[in-house]
Amino acid sequence: MDSCNCIEPQWPPDDLLMKYQYISDFFIALAYFSIPLELIYFVKKSAVFPYRWVLVQFGAFIVLCGATHLINLWTFTMHTRTVAMVMTTAKVFTAVVSCATALMLVHIIPDLLSVKTRELFLKNKAAELDREMGLIRTQEETGRHVRMLTHEIRSTLDRHTILKTTLVELGRTLALEECALWMPTRTGLELQLSYTLRQQNPVGYTVPIHLPVINQVFSSSHAVKISPNCPVARIRPAGKYMPGEVVAVRVPLLHLSNFQINDWPELSTKRYALMVLMLPSDSARQWHVHELELVEVVADQVAVALSHAAILEESMRARDLLMEQNVALDLARREAETAIRARNDFLAVMNHEMRTPMHAIIALSSLLQETELTPEQRLMVETILKSSNLLSTLINDVLDLSRLEDGSLQLDLGTFNLFAVFREVLNLIKPIASVKKLHVSLNLAPDLPEYAIGDEKHLMQTILNVVGNAVKFSKEGSISITAIVAKSELLRDSRTPEFFPVPSDNHFYLRVQVKDSGVGISPQDIPKLFTKFAQTQSMATRNSGGSGLGLAICKRFVNLMEGHIWIESDGLGKGCTAIFMVKLGIPERLNEPKLPFMPKVPTNHGPTAFPGLKVLVMDENGVSRMVTKGLLVHLGCDVTMVSSSEECLHVVSHEHKVVFMDVCVPGMDGYEVAIRINEKFTKRHERPIIVALTGNTDKVTKENCMRVGMDGVILKPVSLDKMRSVLTDLLEHRVLLEAI
Amino acid sequence: MDLVQLQRQFVDYKTSLYHEGFLDEQFTQLQELQDENNPDFVVEVVSLFFEDSERLLNELARALEQQNIDYKRIDAHVHQLKGSSSSIGAQRVQKVCIAFRNYCEEQNVEGCLKCLQQVRHEYSLVKTKLESLFQLEQQILTAGGSFPM
Repeated sequence: MDSCNCIEPQWPPDDLLMKYQYISDFFIALAYFSIPLELIYFVKKSAVFPYRWVLVQFGAFIVLCGATHLINLWTFTMHTRTVAMVMTTAKVFTAVVSCATALMLVHIIPDLLSVKTRELFLKNKAAELDREMGLIRTQEETGRHVRMLTHEIRSTLDRHTILKTTLVELGRTLALEECALWMPTRTGLELQLSYTLRQQNPVGYTVPIHLPVINQVFSSSHAVKISPNCPVARIRPAGKYMPGEVVAVRVPLLHLSNFQINDWPELSTKRYALMVLMLPSDSARQWHVHELELVEVVADQVAVALSHAAILEESMRARDLLMEQNVALDLARREAETAIRARNDFLAVMNHEMRTPMHAIIALSSLLQETELTPEQRLMVETILKSSNLLSTLINDVLDLSRLEDGSLQLDLGTFNLFAVFREVLNLIKPIASVKKLHVSLNLAPDLPEYAIGDEKHLMQTILNVVGNAVKFSKEGSISITAIVAKSELLRDSRTPEFFPVPSDNHFYLRVQVKDSGVGISPQDIPKLFTKFAQTQSMATRNSGGSGLGLAICKRFVNLMEGHIWIESDGLGKGCTAIFMVKLGIPERLNEPKLPFMPKVPTNHGPTAFPGLKVLVMDENGVSRMVTKGLLVHLGCDVTMVSSSEECLHVVSHEHKVVFMDVCVPGMDGYEVAIRINEKFTKRHERPIIVALTGNTDKVTKENCMRVGMDGVILKPVSLDKMRSVLTDLLEHRVLLEAI
Repeated sequence: MDLVQLQRQFVDYKTSLYHEGFLDEQFTQLQELQDENNPDFVVEVVSLFFEDSERLLNELARALEQQNIDYKRIDAHVHQLKGSSSSIGAQRVQKVCIAFRNYCEEQNVEGCLKCLQQVRHEYSLVKTKLESLFQLEQQILTAGGSFPM
């Protein structure tokens, strides 16, 4: 035994203490070994842990500490130097690692602490976000409610439904206890409770409109919290609980006039309604901002919906009115059409029915005039004739006027002799004028064309009417008729500013002025002159007869002729001047006037000879035979004479163009001859023209002649001119248009 | 007498004939028909008239003497006479003929006889007048002038 390398520990004699140390060391080591295991286990489990290497370090530190304590177990007893070495190494390592760890922890712990602060911060943030999310959700819900409300409100155009729906939906959305609407009365001085949510039939409470709380609400566009004790909120009977908060908002009542085309409606309307909303009494709920916003939006929507409803009502009313008017107009139009039709039928019938008897009366009266009558009878017949002429004129005037007004009268244009028209008028008026001892003078301008194109008949009628009036209304003095071609400076008359005639190459304006020195017309009567059936009430006119239509008809004719007519007078007793202008056409230069519508035989002298015209004359009377032959020979005809019907039939051939036969001799049947001739010549162009010469003008002879197929009848004795025109006519027309 | 005086006499005479109703425009017409182709037209016609009328007047006288008067025939004759006289313009003769025809229709013998007498009278008057007129014309022609129409 000598030197053992074992180190003798300073064994205290206390065994128990050593035992406890031994055990504690063991447990410490155990704990120290298990802590990293736990750490590793849990860190592995967690996904995020930024300080892994710290853990490693710490683990190493713990493990080494554990190892140290473990190795300590062996040092309680005799241990070898190796164990001591190991112990020392372990301790050294442990010391190093622990110092490093201690140093590191200085850095790490603040970090860890800050993590904690951040965590707290995040938690707060999360809580805040949660809160906000809650708010947004609420708002979105509110928005949904508003949309639904709006949809409900706007889905109807009935005012009552709109308001009711608003209240119901608001009540539901906001869980209100009561919701009421106060509308302004007609006078605008009070608000009346019109609609409530809970009460079915609100009694008509009214409050004056000028309460301060109401003014406050009306002056702001937001929902305003008001006291539950103010009059508008005291709708329900007071409960035992604290009344809930009340909010009031204004609802503008817009009118159609508020909507300008280019502006949005200014809320400067005077009229508002008041909507009052009450939260439930015992809920201690508060009005949230979003709820107030909801209420405001709803109020606006309601305003719009109400105005739409009002507009619709208005337009429906207008449409109904229009429809009614339409129906009434249609009825009126149909009635008018019926009336016009009835009138036209009446006129058409009357036209014929009235004219026929008139014609008979006039014709027979004039025939009666021709016969032998005693003076009284003659007077009577003349009166009949005059009256019936007046009546006939009246009928014609009335019919003309109605045709003129219908526009169915058209001008009968033709070329006519203007001078002749004036002369004719003069001739017609001279007798009456001379009876009244009036002097009539006619002045035709030198540049007035002799021929013109226009409606001759109506122009003459107009001039005659105007001149006739002048004569009618003058008891003494003179009448002057002046006709000129209107020059451009005269065309624009200051008295007729609305008349703008435009002269052209083919037309000229005839200006006729008729001046009389008669009773004149007072200025206030002048406008009435041209109206139908109106007559001035002066003494002179009452006895003058006439229907008052004359000037009205003249005016219409003149207008048809694109002209103008007016009357001037200086006053009663100072005479008057009638002036009219009409538009007439200028005919082309012709040697002879064309008379297209003249039914009479033209009096132009045609060929003075009919050379070689083969004519057959049959007359029993030698003298008249000779005379007729002489006539025809003078006209250059080749005349064959026969004195009996047999001879006539024998001689007549297709060479003879005309056969003159005397038919009034009794005992000789000229008619028989005519029939035979007709039979002989079947072809019309071969047959000669057969003319009867007779001394009788009676109708029977004429009818007989026409019946047997004669082409004409001439009355003996025949003059040369007559024979000439007869032959011309016959050869031109193959028929005689006149029988005389 | 010299030409101018003759012409004046002619004109006056003719005018008086018209004035007194012996002649009417028909005679003027006849004169118009006379030209160089027909120089004696008027004389011819008038001569024919004289012949015709005389014949008719004789017939009428004979017819009215009958026991049973044939009014139809008388009417026919008078019609002829009327036609002739109107053809040359013997106005007064024509007028009497018209009256004659009326009496014929009435079958009034006295009336007819009276008319016949009247017709005869008028006829002879107009014959004389016309003959004088033609004599005057001849005188003027021989005197070398042309007679005014």
